[in-house]
Amino acid sequence: MAEPHIVLENIHKSFGSKHVLKGVNVGVGKGRSLVVIGGSGSGKSVTLKCILGLLHPEKGSIRVDGQEITDLRGSALDQMMGRFGMLFQGAALFDSLTVWRNVAFGLIQGKKMKPGEARAIAIDKLAEVGLGPELADISPAELSGGMRKRVGLARAIAPEPEIIFFDEPTTGLDPIMGDVINNLIVDSVKRLGATTITITHDMASARKIGDDIAMIYKGKIVWCGPANEIDQSNNPYVDQFIHGREEGPIEIEL
Amino acid sequence: MTFLATIGSFIFSMLAEVGRVSIFARDAVIRGLLPPWYFRQLIDQIIRIGYNSLPVVGLTAFFTGGALALQIYIGGTRYNAENLVSSIVALGITRELGPVMAGLMVTGRVAAAIAAELGTMRVTEQIDALTTLSTNPFKYLVGPRILAAVITMPVLVGIADIIGILGGFIVGTTSLGFNYAAYIKNTTDFVEFTDVTSGLIKAAVFGFIIALMGCYHGFNSKGGAQGVGRATTNAVVSGSILILAANYALTSLLFSE
Repeated sequence: MAEPHIVLENIHKSFGSKHVLKGVNVGVGKGRSLVVIGGSGSGKSVTLKCILGLLHPEKGSIRVDGQEITDLRGSALDQMMGRFGMLFQGAALFDSLTVWRNVAFGLIQGKKMKPGEARAIAIDKLAEVGLGPELADISPAELSGGMRKRVGLARAIAPEPEIIFFDEPTTGLDPIMGDVINNLIVDSVKRLGATTITITHDMASARKIGDDIAMIYKGKIVWCGPANEIDQSNNPYVDQFIHGREEGPIEIEL
Repeated sequence: MTFLATIGSFIFSMLAEVGRVSIFARDAVIRGLLPPWYFRQLIDQIIRIGYNSLPVVGLTAFFTGGALALQIYIGGTRYNAENLVSSIVALGITRELGPVMAGLMVTGRVAAAIAAELGTMRVTEQIDALTTLSTNPFKYLVGPRILAAVITMPVLVGIADIIGILGGFIVGTTSLGFNYAAYIKNTTDFVEFTDVTSGLIKAAVFGFIIALMGCYHGFNSKGGAQGVGRATTNAVVSGSILILAANYALTSLLFSE
């Protein structure tokens, strides 16, 4: 049987004496959408940052198409990053650049595209996420939270990456705007045929975006399965989390 | 024992910080010098660091030159040495006060701005976003800032030298009664080429220190708005202290017999 598109095997990561990831094992198949759920401080963001090369795990293996990526540095890492797209929690738009330059950043810097050509693609991508060309020349500071997420999504999909990561895509948005963003993510990913990993604690978002769902608790994956089977998981951690109950095996650190 | 442990812990943490700054400086120089180069970023930083610092550096130099002329005149009258005003103003400005005052003023303006900007970029994940967009943050953010500061500081100090000497000239000829032609002749006769170049060398080193401290503290800031504030303060304090220490070391090196 072929190895999944992305594989994480026994990933460990500590910060000083704090052992955050204690052997994460999970995989996602090509063109599939994996959603990692879990409470605050469970290790979701650290897992994502390890895959993106922003943090280096002390132990374990992360493979993309069978290629080990934990030891990539310099141009090899840049090349791998060229296959990735990322929507950050706060969108992480560059304040010093206009909206279209933000969207076109990966095309101009990563793919060395000419600005004129990149601008046309950026405006197309903005249209795909429901934003008009009149926003292209304004500063990100002038955008609302929902608009910033849309611009962040346009930036993530502009270079047409084969793998896209979404970090808490609906956090800080009202439920309707959250649903709009979820739909845009599903549409964009379908159009690109990309493999995606999303981290969230929003169950509505997880059900809408995910083909598969994995739950992380205290630095370990405690359950992983198809999204439509999560309600019948019979896993006490998953049950407590998806129903938002205070009572259960998940300890809340106050 | 607790007292000794505290001292030991302080020394270890200080040495660790020196090590981290040294590695950061090495990476900044190596990665900043290797292609790809971001010329648009470099020009932008030259304007921000150099051109936008001109008013504050010019005014500081002008008033420093004027005050220096007054002090030397007041002190010189005790020894009938008033005629040395023009030459000592020129020497003091070109060798010491021009680069040091400009360095400290630019530290307050530029190191703080760099630390705040990069610190905000760090806490809002914009630096991580650069990495995910196949752009090395060292090359895109740190390299252009350091290069721009090293290029523009000597230019700023050259201008500060001229304005500082002009400040002394205006005070000397209007308040202290010196003859215009004699003041200029004394200045040009006494100042040597090396007096000016030594100040410009110092300026380039100070430029490196200013941008390095701004970038280092901004790049490593954490903990939201409070962390950015701490990074800004640390950049200005460490930049100022390092400039004064480097000034002493460079003066010993450049003027040793």
